This record gives sequence, structure tokens and C-alpha cells, in this order.
Amino acid sequence: MALTTFEKIVSKRLKLENSYTLEQYLATGGYDGLKKALQMNPEDVSAEVMDASLLGRGGAGFPAGRKWSMLKPSPVRYLVVNGDESEPATFKDHELVERDPHQIIEGTLIASYALGARQAFIFCRGEFALGLERLEAALNEAYAYGAVGSDIFNSGFSIDLVIHPGAGAYICGEETALLESLEGKRGYPRIKPPYFPAVIGLYGMPTVVNNMETVSNLPWIVLNGGKAFASLGEGSSAGSRLFALSGHVNRPGWYEIEMAKTTFRDLIENPELGGGVRNGRKLKAFIPGGVSAPWFGPDEMDLPLSQDAVAQKGSMLGSGSVVVMDETTCPVRAAWRISKFFSRESCGQCTPCREGSGWIERIMHRIEMGLGREEDIELVLDACDNIAPGLTWPPKQTTICVLGPSIPSSIHSAITMFRDDFLTHIKEGGCSYDGKIN
Amino acid sequence: MTHLSAELVEKCKKVVELYPSKRSALIPLCHIAQGQNGWLTPEAIEDVASLVGVSPAEVRGTASFYDMFHLEPVGKHVIAMCTNIACMLAGAYELLEHAQEKLGVSPGGTTTDKEFTLEESECLAGCDKAPCIQVNHRFFGPMDNASFDTLLADLKSGKLADVVPPHGVLIRIDREHKRKVNYEAIDAERVEIDAAIKERKLKLEAANNATVGKDS
Ligand SMILES: Cc1cc2nc3c(=O)[nH]c(=O)nc-3n(C[C@H](O)[C@H](O)[C@H](O)COP(=O)(O)O)c2cc1C
Ligand code: SF4
Ligand code: FES
Repeated sequence: MALTTFEKIVSKRLKLENSYTLEQYLATGGYDGLKKALQMNPEDVSAEVMDASLLGRGGAGFPAGRKWSMLKPSPVRYLVVNGDESEPATFKDHELVERDPHQIIEGTLIASYALGARQAFIFCRGEFALGLERLEAALNEAYAYGAVGSDIFNSGFSIDLVIHPGAGAYICGEETALLESLEGKRGYPRIKPPYFPAVIGLYGMPTVVNNMETVSNLPWIVLNGGKAFASLGEGSSAGSRLFALSGHVNRPGWYEIEMAKTTFRDLIENPELGGGVRNGRKLKAFIPGGVSAPWFGPDEMDLPLSQDAVAQKGSMLGSGSVVVMDETTCPVRAAWRISKFFSRESCGQCTPCREGSGWIERIMHRIEMGLGREEDIELVLDACDNIAPGLTWPPKQTTICVLGPSIPSSIHSAITMFRDDFLTHIKEGGCSYDGKIN
Repeated sequence: MTHLSAELVEKCKKVVELYPSKRSALIPLCHIAQGQNGWLTPEAIEDVASLVGVSPAEVRGTASFYDMFHLEPVGKHVIAMCTNIACMLAGAYELLEHAQEKLGVSPGGTTTDKEFTLEESECLAGCDKAPCIQVNHRFFGPMDNASFDTLLADLKSGKLADVVPPHGVLIRIDREHKRKVNYEAIDAERVEIDAAIKERKLKLEAANNATVGKDS
């Protein structure tokens, strides 16, 4: 497909000099969206977001407008912006927070106004030291400019904003764990139902949790209208989205792309985007949406970057991160490393996830090291089946949060697509690829 | 007398005031406290505990859940090396092996001169610069053996002192504005929040009891 051209929405400032300062932000239309929103009724702002069909960018892809409409009426409501970004191979929020923090703040303020929140929190991954500094500096500027605080821009609306640092735990990206963490506790996901944040959220109050990129779209949507946003993309995959491309490509990086109008092949091979597989090698497989997503092979390269199209083929766009693996990649090693991640990050509340992730990691390690037995393939699949019965897509739930049922995705993909590689490891007592393993 | 410097205590107090509930400041305060010694000393934990109004055991128990908090001393520079998928595909394990040889420590270890602590980390969200590492949470990448050696030398000589500050990701941050929204309303909110938390606890207990009853 030819690449579509469109006015960039969330990434338009990312490459400008001093893009993170108020001066540059105002010079490029900054805070105009908020000013316009404050002249509208809150309900009309929400209606624009509904019209935009903006899907959440945090991983689950839930429509933001619908999420807002589910917020329980209450005198105290909160908005929490999720910038914990720890899904492996995802790095778009990192870019947004370092290069355009004012856009995140403006989006947060627009959402707070629409939702009637008087205090909002931006939860930013703790490892983003520079990002936290830029965000806090931007917030100081925004208070001084009159965009945050009491009676902002003489609108009668008052709002306080707090930037809250994470402290290194993948699970805190899960929205209820994030709320626990924000309450000063260990990041243990809450049992749902009854604790959906829209009903019982932060401090027990109705709360909306939205991803950083999701709210970064709001200034543009308010200025240009929800319909203009929805006119980009196709069907339920409206607008444009930041994709994070990494692995064996010539030009790893983030790219803002019109949804559904671009294919994985475009993203990976177009000279303006990924620029092709590195060293002219052949593609072996790719992960379409973060390590919780089942893998795709060369046959799926022509699928559009559309939430529905990817779901129909049994995977997900997830957090918008695509990892390319070329023909020299050992699939056993790749799947093992992903299982190691989950085993390390499981919060330990649920037995299938806590025990299962450890067992799976150890069996995978044994196979990769050449110490596996032929029964191990069935054994590891059986352990996967105990976490997500039937190994279906989307996975069945046995646990409090979806971290557990995400563990089998990569293992199941690797075994289904590359069983021979597993057998070779077992029969020949080691890995036949160059890569070493610890 | 607090173990934390007067300046840090002031900083902490400002942060506590931002939240409707004191306990919410626990994690930011641990970050600030860690800025003083590079790790959470037992005395620092006591200071944080009294600032947020919980026991030191609660602070320690919470902090131990999170990877960024060190409950043991660390070197002047903590090097976190990502070996997750994108970095692994770009040779992170080979780089880690080189780093271990060069520093003479395994992940988790600190060099005898207390200059470096080496850690193997999960994805740092710097995957377009794979293999990528952080030193005191400042990014470097893509790295190879040679650039890693140069980096070590520059860190040791102090050449990177501006780019890589000492410990504590909040140490260079200063919040200039207090909460501005009507404080009376916020106070009412606090009462409401406390009641809501209590109610939730009771409900949870009731739900738990109901399940226990069913099981037996
Ligand atoms: C284990 C786990 C990790 C997650 N990590 C993140 C994250 O880092 N950032 C994020 O925005 N959402 C993350 N999510 C999704 C959130 O729970 C939530 O759906 C999202 O923040 C909602 O925002 P959105 O509707 O704007 O996408 C994670 C979910 C799970 C189960
Ligand atoms: S599924 Fe895993 S991460 Fe999620 S709550 Fe259970 S143990 Fe914790
Ligand atoms: S995989 Fe290493 S930074 Fe993301």
C-alpha cells in the first residue's frame, strides 16, 4: 500500500527543537484545545470524544468515549493518566513525555474538565528520570500560565494536577494495580468485579484511567472535532496512532501512522518507516503488539494495522509495539526471554501466574540450553493450558488480572510456528543459532 | 533530628501536601530519600514513615515490592542493562557478558571501589536504541563493547557529571505550586475518602468471609 499523508496528531512536535518548553508549545497552537473546551459544556467535550471513536492506546483498546460515559456520578471523581509504559518493546509514551509534556498536561486537563474531576494524577514510569523532570517543569510553567490551578483561564473551573512517579514494577501498568500504587501500597491488582475503577477507583472514588497517548490526542480532537479524527482510519480503528518498531529492522523508532490504512509490510519495509529487515535478511516472525500478543509470520505481513483485522487473525495491536525477528533469530530463545520477563514481573497473588510463569521459564531455559526432553514441549504447553485453558485467543481468565493469561501467547506461538526448532534443540543438545544465552 | 537533610524533609513535606491521602506520598518520598544515600537506609525509612504516618515496616514492605528501591547499599553509578526482547535481538547478553568481565561483578554486584553496581533489567522503553542501558536512570544506547568501555571511563573521570546526576530520580525536581483548588472542599473530600476506604475494607472483609463460608 502507498503511505497515506495526513497532518500528524500526537507526534507533530516531537522533532522540534525545545519541543518540551511552554514557549515552543504556545508557538505551535498549545493550550488552544483547552481554551476551546472550557467554552463548551463538559458533555459536549465528551460527545466529541465519543464521535472521534478514540480507542484507548494503553493495550486493551477500549473506546475512550464509552469509558467516560461509564463513570459513576459522584461529587468526587478522579482522572489518572497511565504513563507507566513497561510492556517490552513499547516506547511511545517515553517519547511523548520527554518531547511533548505540555500536550499530555493539556489532554489531562481537557479530560478532567469533561469528567468533572478536580484533581488528576499523571502516573509516570519512575525510570523516566528526564521525562519526570520535563513533565514537572512543564507543570510548573502551566500553573504559572494559568492553565492549571484555580479558575483556569477565568473559566470558573479549578483543577489540580499531580505528577506521580512509579518505582519499577511492570504490573503497575495494570490500572487497578496502578491505583493501589498511587495509594502508596504494593502494586497488587484488585479483584474485578466489583472494583472497576469507573465505579470504585482511587480512594474508592469513581476514576477514569487513560493512557498517556490516549489523552495526548484530546487537544487535537477538541480543536478539529471528533468527526475529523474519525475520518482518519477505518471502522473502529479511527485516527492515527504511534507505533513503536524495534528488533531486526534498519530504522527502529516510533512512527505515527493512519490506522487501518497501513500494513505491517509498510511499517517494516517502507524506506520512510522501518526501511526493511536488517542486513537484507529474510523475516522469520514478528510480534504485532507487545510481548503479550501472539506472534505473526511472513504470511501476515499484508494485514492492515487495524484492531479488528489483527484480532481476526488471533492476535492484537496491544500497546502498538512491533518487534521484528529475522531468519537468524532462535525462536526458543526469544520465547524463553519473554517467559523470563513474565516470571519476574508476576505480582504473586494468583497461583497459576506465580507458579506457572516460573515453571514455564525453567522448562524453556532447559530446552534452550540443550537439556530438554522430548516430553518438555507437551509439558510446557500443559503448564500454559493451566493458566489459560484451551489456549484460545483472547485467552480465558484464571487469575485476577490479564498478566497471567498473557504468559502463554509467545510460548504457544513459538511452538506452533517453529516446533522443529524445539525438536532440534532437544535432539542435538543445544542451540544451533549463533546467539548465546545466560 | 531526622536522618534526611532538612532540605529533603522540606521537599518531602511539600509532596505530602499534594495528595488527598498522606500515604499516597510514600513512593515519591522513598525516591526523595533514596537521593540522599543512593539506597533506603533504615533511618531514611523511619523518616519516611513518620512523614506519611505509617510504621517503618509498612514503608519497607511497600518499598521492597519495587525494583527501583535499594534496601542495600549500591555503587555511585547503578548500571541497568536491559536484556529484554528488542535488546536481546541486538546483542544485549553479549554486552552483559562483556560488562561482567570488565567490572568483575555479576548482576546485583557492586565493584570493590564502590564506583559501579551492575543490574540486569527488563525493558527500559529505549528499544529503538537497543541494546540500551541506564546509568542512574539516564539513557545510553545503542551500546557496544567499545562504547561501554568509554562510558565507564567517562563516568569514573566525572566527565558525565551533568548528564548523570547522583541517585534519586526526583532530586532535580522542584514543584513550585501548592494545591490550588478550594481547600475546604478538599477537606470534606478527605473525610469522604476516609469513610469510603473504611467502607471498602468492610465490604472486602464481608466478601472474603462469604467465600470462606462457601468453601468449607
Ligand atoms: C499487566 C498489564 C500492564 C499494563 N501496562 C500498561 C501500561 O504500561 N500503560 C498503559 O497505559 N496501560 C497499561 N495496561 C492497560 C491498563 O490496565 C488500562 O487498560 C489502560 O491504562 C487504560 O487506558 P486506555 O483506555 O486509554 O488505553 C496494562 C495492563 C496490564 C494487564
Ligand atoms: S495474574 Fe499474575 S500479575 Fe495478575 S494479579 Fe495474578 S499473580 Fe498478579
Ligand atoms: S527491550 Fe531493551 S529497552 Fe526495550
